[in-house]
Amino acid sequence: MEKKLTCIVCPLGCELVVTEKNGVVSVSGNTCPKGEAYAKNELTNPMRTVTSTVLCEDGGLVSVKTDTTIPKEKMQECMQIINSITAKLPISVGDIIIKDVFGSNIVATQNRSK
Amino acid sequence: MYDIAIIGAGVIGGLIARALSKYDLKICILEKENDVAMGATKANSAIVHAGFDAKEGSLKAQLNVKGSKMMPEVCRELGVHYKNNGSLVIGFDDEDRATINTLLQRGIKNQVEGLKILEKDELKALEPNISDSVSCALYAPTGAIVCPYDLTIAAIGNAMDNGAELKCNFEVTGIKRDDNDYEIFSRNDSIKAKYVINCAGLYSDEIAKMVGDNSFNVHARRGEYILLDKEAGNLVSHTIFRTPSKMGKGILVTPTVHGNLLLGPTSVDIDDKENKSTTQGGFEDIIENAKQNVVAVPIGKTITSFCGLRAVGSTGDFIINSPKQNFINVAGIESPGLSASPAIAEYVVNLLKENGLELKENSTYNPCRESAHAFCDATIEEKNKMIKNNPAYGRIVCRCEGITEGEILAAIHRNPKARDLDGIKRRTRAQMGRCQGGFCGPYITEILSRELCVPFDEITKFGGESKINLCQTKGGKSQ
Amino acid sequence: MKDLVIIGGGPAGMSAAIAAYESGVRDILILERDAGLGGILQQCIHNGFGLHKFGEELTGPEYAWKYEKRVKELGIEHKLNTMVLDVTPDKVVTATNSEDGIFQIKAKAIILAMGCRERSKGALNIAGTRPAGIYSAGTAQKFVNTKGFLPGKNVVILGSGDIGLIMARRMTLEGAKVHAVCELMPYSGGLARNIEQCLNDFDIPLLLQHTVVEIHGKERLEGVTIAKVDANKKPICETMKYIPCDTLLLSVGLIPENELSKGANVDISSITNGAIVDQNRQTSCDGIFACGNVLHVHDLVDFVSGEAEIAGKAAADYINGRQKDKTNIVINADGKIRYTVPQKITEQKDVKVYFRVNDIYKNAKILVRDGDKVVLSKRKPRLAPGEMEYVTITAEQLKNAKTLDFCLEVQ
Repeated sequence: MEKKLTCIVCPLGCELVVTEKNGVVSVSGNTCPKGEAYAKNELTNPMRTVTSTVLCEDGGLVSVKTDTTIPKEKMQECMQIINSITAKLPISVGDIIIKDVFGSNIVATQNRSK
Repeated sequence: MYDIAIIGAGVIGGLIARALSKYDLKICILEKENDVAMGATKANSAIVHAGFDAKEGSLKAQLNVKGSKMMPEVCRELGVHYKNNGSLVIGFDDEDRATINTLLQRGIKNQVEGLKILEKDELKALEPNISDSVSCALYAPTGAIVCPYDLTIAAIGNAMDNGAELKCNFEVTGIKRDDNDYEIFSRNDSIKAKYVINCAGLYSDEIAKMVGDNSFNVHARRGEYILLDKEAGNLVSHTIFRTPSKMGKGILVTPTVHGNLLLGPTSVDIDDKENKSTTQGGFEDIIENAKQNVVAVPIGKTITSFCGLRAVGSTGDFIINSPKQNFINVAGIESPGLSASPAIAEYVVNLLKENGLELKENSTYNPCRESAHAFCDATIEEKNKMIKNNPAYGRIVCRCEGITEGEILAAIHRNPKARDLDGIKRRTRAQMGRCQGGFCGPYITEILSRELCVPFDEITKFGGESKINLCQTKGGKSQ
Repeated sequence: MKDLVIIGGGPAGMSAAIAAYESGVRDILILERDAGLGGILQQCIHNGFGLHKFGEELTGPEYAWKYEKRVKELGIEHKLNTMVLDVTPDKVVTATNSEDGIFQIKAKAIILAMGCRERSKGALNIAGTRPAGIYSAGTAQKFVNTKGFLPGKNVVILGSGDIGLIMARRMTLEGAKVHAVCELMPYSGGLARNIEQCLNDFDIPLLLQHTVVEIHGKERLEGVTIAKVDANKKPICETMKYIPCDTLLLSVGLIPENELSKGANVDISSITNGAIVDQNRQTSCDGIFACGNVLHVHDLVDFVSGEAEIAGKAAADYINGRQKDKTNIVINADGKIRYTVPQKITEQKDVKVYFRVNDIYKNAKILVRDGDKVVLSKRKPRLAPGEMEYVTITAEQLKNAKTLDFCLEVQ
């Protein structure tokens, strides 16, 4: 089996070719080891970072992200969780807004004062 | 009960309202859209014609020349930008020269002042960017430019300051005559008035039919335009017309009072009075024709294109009459309607007098309105004083045109009050620059929402269903 | 009087300020039109920033915060909600805000860092009506990410610039349906990774060589007609197709905002729409520097920061009389290489020359020639207009050079 992918690890966007032969997966086209790891993961369990915003108690927004990647198919569910809560102020960059969402934390990427 | 109901808040309705607000009358202006100046007034060539075009003896000729003479004073009182830049009708061959001579003779008969034929050399000295193949031109020093919606907004604002009322979103669906009064209906409202003035533009024939006057029809003539960046505004200083031919008046190239360059209009008669679509053919037509008249038109500097519908009457002349007692038509006001508008207003006041309207002076009447451009036109010292009094004048919202929050607040709170994004645009020029509201649109939406106490997602571009945002993303509202 | 005035407090302005400070300038003022520092990064809440600069993937606000924190630590003066109205060639800056009114500052050096704006719908002359529901992608981004409102639920995107791709994903995540992304060119203007993670992840079709030919709808947008285009970019009638939608987003290019630069008589390149600069990012106007997207549109903020550091350090050298002008080497770009930045070199030192190509090329060779002499030759497996490239030319290679001709050899 052969599959073509565009690597999303960095802006280079390498065109990867993943080949599976007798249970051995090999990757070509990558320029770094991260690309190889991405390609292998992409076949079995694709992972993504989700970025969004969370409503704050004053009606404003704070931008957030998952601090690690989460399974790709959980993105919409993750959005529902993000959209269901209201965050207390003040907020600093890096503050955990929601704990343990599909193995990741939702953290603030912006400062918001009261 | 109103003394006067004016149907249509375009430049004609606006200037009539203002002329009548000099008198002690209860006036109501009815407008079907969310704002004033939304019909033919919004999108036309913005020219104050000298008056050599219309056939001698016609109402068009008479009111054009008179209106064009009145315009500087009206604009001064209303604080509207007016520029007497002069106009040129350029010709390329002998046939054009003959037509230009006819226009000159007609202009003299219409009592247009200062008309002169210029030969190529004089012409090129006056306008270096005019096409090299030009042979002569008719020069009209009284030709001018004005912003039609600026004029309308100011006229209606002034009429309102003097007591007139404005009802927007009042689309007239029927008119009933009982005893001596008229009752005018919209879908969910009605008003009564002693006199009705029909300035409904494209729909003036339909309004006339409501009182049983079937004497004329109005159809739409599509005119497409291309507006160029201010960087192209100096390409020509005069309004450049092509010699009219069997093919029509042709495409004009003109600076605007705001310093942009305007190209257009196309001229296509259509059946649909709502069809303001621009077309690919229209763009190509404008570009090709403009390039014949003026060299090096920088089309790459286009900031927007739009289409206006001119209200063309079936009689060939302006239709200003009183078909029924106390009901006045002001219809078929196509070009030179803007130029004639102050004179039309005066003419209508006289017509009302003939219909028995008693005119008593309004003792508190003030002909002047503070210019919408007061801040913009002020000196740095004056601006600093204004910023000190009102810090909102220190916050620039529209970076392309340099429009401040103070000016936007004034547009929302002064008569006639802006209710939507396009209303702010026409009053202040915010969103009218090269980014076309890309940066300031969200800020203006926020200011409108705050000042009008309307939810953010209910703010519209121009009323009705023209919402800017459809729902909130967070907090579970209307998802 | 100020030593250094920086116009714009986005990534370019902040980096330049920090670099100038670190090169010894203390009397610095940043003028920023928005209510906070960070510029457009504040609404770019997606990740993908900072890999080059910090070796980690940051979101826009996080990237901005790293610089904002530093600006504040160093105590660099900055005025917010302050709009610059005018810059003169003799370096007088006129600006306005609510507290100071309209004020003037004379500067020893100025760094232009105003960024860019999106090409608007007006410039495209799309036929049809003018309803609500047509936005540039960045405007939609502002509504969604900073105001919390969704400008539309059924979306078509014209242009496949990065902001358009990012917004396709963002609007999908917030509940909208993106029906298609139409791209006039046979290739996307955005990064390959964004096509993968913003379109393919959500099964959003990318229609290459397609455009929007007509807009429909009276009050709110009701639909668009799209069509495939031929080799001359003319729509093919038979391929016209109506797509019902309430929103059209435009991601059709960015234009450096150089109105102030033009006022200062800075020479502007007709290709980049930004100033013509030397290796120090000094413009044709002595002591006026430019960096970031006002100079040329970058695809990565990391490169913006790098460029701004060069400008900041050079402005410091200029202020302190350390600038050395020796040579005057003009850089020419052939047709396949659309432009280079810088466009000239005035000092014999190692210089990174950034460039963009005008089409997609595979296995091409970049050649830099000084007359007949090949100064540098570098093979690139893949070049695309959407991706900025650079080569480093060493001081040694610049020795005795008069002009440098950048060309692309394609097999």
